[in-house]
Amino acid sequence: MKHSMKVNLQVWRQKNAQAQGNFENYSVETNPNMSFLEMFDVLNEQLIHDGKEPVAFDHDCREGICGMCSMVINGNPHGPKQAITTCQLHMRSFNDGDTIVVEPWRANAFPVIKDLSVNRSSFDRIIASGGFVSVNTGNAVDANNILIPKDIADEAFEAATCIGCGACVSACKNASAMLFVGAKVTQLSLLPQGQAERQSRVVAMVNQMDAEGFGACTNTGACAAECPKGIPLSVIATLNREYTSAKLNGK
Amino acid sequence: MKLESKIPEGPISEKWTKFKSMAPLVNPANKRHIEIIVVGTGLAGASAAASLAEMGYKVSAFCFQDSPRRAHSIAAQGGINAAKNYQNDGDSVFRLFYDTIKGGDYRAREGNVHRLAEVSTSIIDQCVAQGVPFAREYGGTLSNRSFGGTQVQRTFYAAGQTGQQLLLGAYSALERQVGLGNVKMHNRHEMVEVVTIEGKARGIIARNLVTGKLERFFSHAVLLCTGGYGNVFYLSTNAMGSNVTAAWKAHKAGAYFGNPCFTQIHPTCIPVSGHYQSKLTLMSESLRNDGRIWVPKKQNDDRHPNNIPEDERDYYLERRYPAFGNLVPRDIASRAAKERCDGGYGVGPSKMAVYLDFKYNMMQKYGRTEASKHNIENPDDATLLRLGQEVVKEKYGNLFDMYKQITDEDPYEVPMRIYPAVHYTMGGLWVDYNLMTTVPGLYALGEANFSDHGANRLGASALMQGLADGYFVIPLTIGSYLSGEIHTKAIPTSHEAFEAAENRANERIQNFLNIKGTRSVESYHRELGLIMWNKCGMARNEKGLNEAIAEIRALREDFYKNVRVPGTDKEFNPELDKAGRVADFLELGELMCIDALNRNESCGGHFREEYQTEDGEALRDDENYKNVFAWEHTENNKWELHKEELIYENIKIQQRSYK
Repeated sequence: MKHSMKVNLQVWRQKNAQAQGNFENYSVETNPNMSFLEMFDVLNEQLIHDGKEPVAFDHDCREGICGMCSMVINGNPHGPKQAITTCQLHMRSFNDGDTIVVEPWRANAFPVIKDLSVNRSSFDRIIASGGFVSVNTGNAVDANNILIPKDIADEAFEAATCIGCGACVSACKNASAMLFVGAKVTQLSLLPQGQAERQSRVVAMVNQMDAEGFGACTNTGACAAECPKGIPLSVIATLNREYTSAKLNGK
Repeated sequence: MKLESKIPEGPISEKWTKFKSMAPLVNPANKRHIEIIVVGTGLAGASAAASLAEMGYKVSAFCFQDSPRRAHSIAAQGGINAAKNYQNDGDSVFRLFYDTIKGGDYRAREGNVHRLAEVSTSIIDQCVAQGVPFAREYGGTLSNRSFGGTQVQRTFYAAGQTGQQLLLGAYSALERQVGLGNVKMHNRHEMVEVVTIEGKARGIIARNLVTGKLERFFSHAVLLCTGGYGNVFYLSTNAMGSNVTAAWKAHKAGAYFGNPCFTQIHPTCIPVSGHYQSKLTLMSESLRNDGRIWVPKKQNDDRHPNNIPEDERDYYLERRYPAFGNLVPRDIASRAAKERCDGGYGVGPSKMAVYLDFKYNMMQKYGRTEASKHNIENPDDATLLRLGQEVVKEKYGNLFDMYKQITDEDPYEVPMRIYPAVHYTMGGLWVDYNLMTTVPGLYALGEANFSDHGANRLGASALMQGLADGYFVIPLTIGSYLSGEIHTKAIPTSHEAFEAAENRANERIQNFLNIKGTRSVESYHRELGLIMWNKCGMARNEKGLNEAIAEIRALREDFYKNVRVPGTDKEFNPELDKAGRVADFLELGELMCIDALNRNESCGGHFREEYQTEDGEALRDDENYKNVFAWEHTENNKWELHKEELIYENIKIQQRSYK
């Protein structure tokens, strides 16, 4: 394996939410085993050394689970590989001499804070509107009192693995949040614990999603294709079904 | 000040029950006027904030991330312990209590740990009620697996992402309270000062990380749920943003720091691959259920692992610890790996790694069962491997994928290479039975406190403790203090104590920006990490620790002369955030070394080379060190040691043995 490589970056720089942004060009010495974010660490070290301002980008766990990292790389949220986050992307996925374009998530409901960092509080507000089971601490029965068939539990788990990164919104030409909302609605509508609020939940979450300015779904499927956790498009079908059923019931 | 643990009187199994019946309460009408600040929104913080808000308190919660759901509890993989005894294998509250005290090498409080074991069962019930999708059996009941240091199956899990599912459960409970208006959530805020008035915690100064503004918040009580400080080592399995700042500011405001040197080095992490490395990735301990750890019997053996025959492999954990084998506690597994690598038996490019090999169990354990299930007579090796791989994929698929992504090697075909890495800190702010620090009204929950794990934490116990503290302990214990505060009116944040605290924070920030040196914050952090890892890591000795203290002091001095923090304090400036955190690590590191130097024994994760048995096990000194070291910050980087004697009435202390 080659031990060093050089890439050219075109990175979105934007001072703050109000400022007009633009692309800046950089070149970075890297190597195939470095992660994409470590390559950005190297770039930032270089910028600080040169007395320039480093690139602001969100990241935290760097193991693909916290959902904080969020870069659009050559037009793809989280880069060219399937089913991984930006922090899990390694430079071995690129070639020596490549030019790589890096941008923030772009959606009205995710305003840019600075450079590649965006504000995703709209997702929190959607969860606050109904993405929960209303059970106060201390109210629970013994965990094995309610049996849940393994296939149902597995399906609920699969939907629950959403990390709330927002790649689905970023990938969608309409900036729709249907995959994110569908994942939570699917998880809770499958489980017995979610039944009591099943209909009010879906209506509240969809209303909040619309209020935040996310777009409508036109079934293009880019969201599921770019989702780092492989949340399937079927959760959107479930969301539509649950919503229609709730509306028919006058919720 | 004398340390009072405030453990209730009476037999161990009745202490908590009695406490619950006798604890002072705050009536619902008064709760509405009492404000509580919760800093950090991981398992401990989110569960505490949600539960307290449900009870009627006015809660404000803070996290430095862009959403409370990002807290690093999210990354916990393997599972959460609970004494449910669903497997009918002899588990009980006492056994979980016993395993935890023994696992912690007899350096934790009996009263706290027994309470933890008692509430463990309610945690599982609560999480299931929230819709946490734990793994289940075909009959619909919950599934369990084993973790290190135990001989029962009491670990509940959700594939390899249990922490994520538990945190999302707590986060949804928290967001529900946000939606109901009972919690005010402050994302992208970092606590930079605790405000005390007449000796009591009365609020915090938090920095809005988007605008840079310092903001003042009053409360009747402050809860720090800010996690551990493993990032003092630079390379660890912690998230990049995990830091000690909130706990450290509390320490400087009068909270004693307990057992700072007790660090957990996790045995199974992906080894370091280069100097640019920014963090280390854990491979869950649950893998040790099915993976066997080995190195070649020959030193410097460069053969491909698949070409090393069975009889030339040293399954050193099975050899040294036949009773627990690959499931010995973490401190023991880590040291054994280091011992082999230091002896020249390490593998991989760096020679600082051992193999974690699934082939045997894939074929013999799962392959055979599957073959028999499918009525395949005399299956050949290829069939066994294929069938076994499918089972392993279901159990650990996400971990195997992660490993491949990072190393470019396929662990279904080649054994994983692993090496120990800093993972968790048992030390933290000293708290009493109520989880209150030495500052009245200031509490510490979860990893941020020192309390329940002694000198070594057992796997799947961190999630248990975080949620125990937040859901079931603090909602009750906080009443003891707040029942005396019902007449305290909200103090305006124009009070001089808030003014002074904000000024202190501002002076520090201006100082960082004005140094205008040449070295990046990151470079100091990296250098500090190396000192800590080499001299206060898996093995420590007097000479190394003394050197480390001198080196850290020199590094700290250099930091304040030569660090370069770009940008301003009036904007989103991650470099400035980092400067504050690294400055605190540069002080904490020294205290950790002082603590390690003063503890002249080996126990759990604290291994002093001078104190070991003939076969290289940790040698405790119960006569002199059966205690907690609680450090009081007296003046700038000077500390005074206080000791809390540990009393064992229910467990006979003995040399820990897993052989």
